Amino acid sequence: MDDLLSEFLTETAESLDVIDTELVRFESQPEDKATLNNIFRLVHTIKGTCGFIGLPRLESIAHAGETLLGKFRDGALPVTPAAVSLVLASIDRIKAILAHLAAEQVEPPGDDRDLIAELERASEGGLVAVAPPPPPKPAPVIVTAPEPPEGEGRWDADQGRFLRPGEVSLADLEAAFNATEGPEPVEVKPVAAVAAVAAMPDHDEDKKSALGTSTIRVNVDVLESLMTMVSELVLTRNQLLQILRNSTDSEFKAPLQRLSGVTAELQECVMKTRMQPIGSAWKKLPRIVRDASNDLNKKIDLVMEGEATELDRQVLELIKDPLTHMIRNSCDHGVETIAQRLAAGKSENGTIKLRAYHQGGHILIEVSDDGAGLHTDRIRSKAIEKGVIDIAESMAMTDAQIHRLIFAPGFSTAAKVTNISGRGVGMDVVKTNVELIGGTIDLRSRQGHGTTFIIKIPLTLAIISALIVGVEDHRFALPQLSVLELVRAGKRFEHKIELINSTRVLRLRDHLLPLVALSDCLNLIVDEDRGDRSACIVIMQVGELRFGLIVDEVFDTEEIVVKPLSKRLGAMSEYSGATILGDGSVIMILDPNGVSRSVANVERSVNRLLDEQSRAAAAAAKASEHKVSLLLFSAGGSEPRACPLSLVTRLEDLDASTIEMTSRGPVVQYRGRLMPLAPAGGMVRHDGRQPVLVFSQGSVVVGLAVDAILDIVEEPLDIQLGGQAPGVLGTAVLKGKSTEIVDVGHYLSQAEPAWASAAIEMDPRANRKRVLLIESHPFFRNLLAPMVSAAGYEVTVAEGLEEARARLATGATFHVVLTDADSPIDNVAGAQVIPLSSRRDAEAVPKSDRYALLDAIQRALRSGEAA
Amino acid sequence: MSIREYVTFRIGEQLFGLSVTEIHDVFRPARMTPVPLSNSEIAGVLNLRGRIVTAIDARSRLGLPAQEKSVKTQSLAIGVEHGGESFGMVIDEIGDVVRLDDAEMEQNPVNLDATWSGVSRGVYRLDNRLLVIMDIDQMLAGAGQGSAAAAA
Repeated sequence: MDDLLSEFLTETAESLDVIDTELVRFESQPEDKATLNNIFRLVHTIKGTCGFIGLPRLESIAHAGETLLGKFRDGALPVTPAAVSLVLASIDRIKAILAHLAAEQVEPPGDDRDLIAELERASEGGLVAVAPPPPPKPAPVIVTAPEPPEGEGRWDADQGRFLRPGEVSLADLEAAFNATEGPEPVEVKPVAAVAAVAAMPDHDEDKKSALGTSTIRVNVDVLESLMTMVSELVLTRNQLLQILRNSTDSEFKAPLQRLSGVTAELQECVMKTRMQPIGSAWKKLPRIVRDASNDLNKKIDLVMEGEATELDRQVLELIKDPLTHMIRNSCDHGVETIAQRLAAGKSENGTIKLRAYHQGGHILIEVSDDGAGLHTDRIRSKAIEKGVIDIAESMAMTDAQIHRLIFAPGFSTAAKVTNISGRGVGMDVVKTNVELIGGTIDLRSRQGHGTTFIIKIPLTLAIISALIVGVEDHRFALPQLSVLELVRAGKRFEHKIELINSTRVLRLRDHLLPLVALSDCLNLIVDEDRGDRSACIVIMQVGELRFGLIVDEVFDTEEIVVKPLSKRLGAMSEYSGATILGDGSVIMILDPNGVSRSVANVERSVNRLLDEQSRAAAAAAKASEHKVSLLLFSAGGSEPRACPLSLVTRLEDLDASTIEMTSRGPVVQYRGRLMPLAPAGGMVRHDGRQPVLVFSQGSVVVGLAVDAILDIVEEPLDIQLGGQAPGVLGTAVLKGKSTEIVDVGHYLSQAEPAWASAAIEMDPRANRKRVLLIESHPFFRNLLAPMVSAAGYEVTVAEGLEEARARLATGATFHVVLTDADSPIDNVAGAQVIPLSSRRDAEAVPKSDRYALLDAIQRALRSGEAA
Repeated sequence: MSIREYVTFRIGEQLFGLSVTEIHDVFRPARMTPVPLSNSEIAGVLNLRGRIVTAIDARSRLGLPAQEKSVKTQSLAIGVEHGGESFGMVIDEIGDVVRLDDAEMEQNPVNLDATWSGVSRGVYRLDNRLLVIMDIDQMLAGAGQGSAAAAA
């Protein structure tokens, strides 16, 4: 592109940004002459340059706009929002033409007669009620304002023609400019003035312009290559220092020290050139707020704090759009209408506050409004309606959690889609954009008091803090921002990598984390002969997903300079760039997002479990029937163990000194009789307190000694792994931990041989009803038989249909037959058959629901008696 | 009559030529970092005076078998700029600079393998062997696409 043109485009774009801001300010403070003069000067400069380069379309719009502004300045016209809107509209038109110019290098075809006519009409006072020099016409009646015949205008000697309406003669203009308080003759040096203004978009034009010469334009490429070279210089210096460290006495020592210092300073300076005040990203915002408040009929003030806060140019570019979106959102959804505000006892004017400040290597940007705040209930119902969460989940969520749902994809609460925001893409896009640059976003909201969004972004993308990890022979950098913590796992360590269906998981405090090996992610050839490997697990958080990355080694954290990936490698989502380490070697920077995708597979299976957990927690209040109450306890190890609570008669905390050892094992006096104790894994204590689970069946009472009673949970019991050891029915995940489900019968029979037979050989009473339980699954056999017998029935257990039929064939009669719904038994003479199911479906009685089962038995007996 | 200078180099058994104006430098690739999951044509990335250079394995790109590792073979790389990025093309041996007339360049033989004809601008008949003039842009840009298409 033509140098002149590109220079013009850059300058004009900057001027226009300033005009936008200034106009909005001017509208609220029409008496501020300095602002108006500034606007006028900028518009005039644009006009002048356009004429110089030969852009007639732009020139004519700028001219018409300038004319109107001139009237404002002279006080011939009052400043009205409508007039300012018109000027803004012409600024927009200029921008559109500029965009076309930038793309095509010629002005777009077409003309702007409509806009110019409007502007001219306004200049004549057409838009306002104040009588202009020509006889006033009612504004709505005027349809067009054709250019008056030349004769009507004043003759301008300088231009050799009659003046257009509103046009000022050059002589007048000259006089007007000389009268303004401009610090320098702008007409003579328009470029310098614009540069100064653009660099210092501040009120105090007069003072700042003098500083204009202290800034120069530098091509970004030059800065980038400076940056590269400085990085190289730093590396070379590091190498030199390394060499010198080995020699104790060297004449190079002093000069090298100096070189080192200078290099560090140079690096800092070059880094500074990349920094820009965040205010430059905010320039457009006053205009946006103004337009939005006009469109929405609200009164909104925008307060900006910390414009001077500096951050990297690259980050600045990336944060612009999310910020704009958020400001629009605050105008639209945050601040209430005037009527609503008055009704709520607030002032008419809503305030949106934008605040930026540094905090430990990050920049925090707060966007707060004093509006109505988030409507928790509405968000909740909307989220449920959109399927983001279900009702049960919503009950368990705190208000803050509910509020954060507005970041969920496709979520928009605005009742109506407006011009300003609410196009269906909402805060989720903002969140994604912020996360893309390694930032986070959060919000605080108080109903009736407003909402504050807090964006936390790194100061720079060029230098990040990274964790250097090693896998096999490779080293990689992991951005520190997504690393939560490091965990060592292995035989000798507290944490162990566990398997669920060959999927690796890690128990960490209250969470079950999916694990993925970096070597698998990257398809590295794993050397199996490394023997006992104690892996390092890097716990990472990417968005909502938390997972562990298994690596061989963790070296160090380093500040690394991020270099973009070659386009040849760019398509690989696993890497976000490459970097040169202090020792000169190149390593790849892993992209946490890309890596997390490999976790997706692992995550899905774990997710199912996590889902169940969260749903269980959420639905606890609802006492969902298809869950089993389980007693969690520890015995002989730190891992939790569990047994169905319905089997337990009582929980006792006995004085261990009352436990006596007999030839049959430990016993304790309990309620006037001796109760044998069975240790469930651990040892029976001799002093202190001994927690005991008491089981009773008929007259037989047995205690199970455990180390500690942990918790009672209500969860769907999904035994995932069969019993590997005697006394263990299997392993299930309870509260995110793999938990052994204890075969209570096994321990109790050890302590009291009568236990096993007690169920069927109990002292028969005359009116005892006999129940046949057909159950092939040992877990449910163990669950159901004691449960039914504890309710006073005489239970006979059959492990399958064959055995049941055999028992029936021997002439045994039963009142009730309990059988699995999936393997129904034919009609049994004189007995009521109750189908049971381990699932919650069909008509069958759920096996895990003690009350439903006992109720079903009673009803069956009653209907049997009636028959 | 326009004379051009070409740097000759060997990949496998074939002699190639690249215009001297296209070659940035020739260097020994040291401490190359392999990039897991990348195309086999990517030999790795390395640090060349503070810039990260993507090294292209010319043999792999041309469908030649990998060079047998031995003590004697110390590979060389030709540094080129392409699309604002630095690349290093790993070759077997660097040759001389030859001055050749544009007019004497002959078209690719029609039966040349598609991969080869894609990266060859033409052929010179030297005294004792053939010199293939390499189209470095194709060599660097097309590589990934070609194999991607093959994979798809």
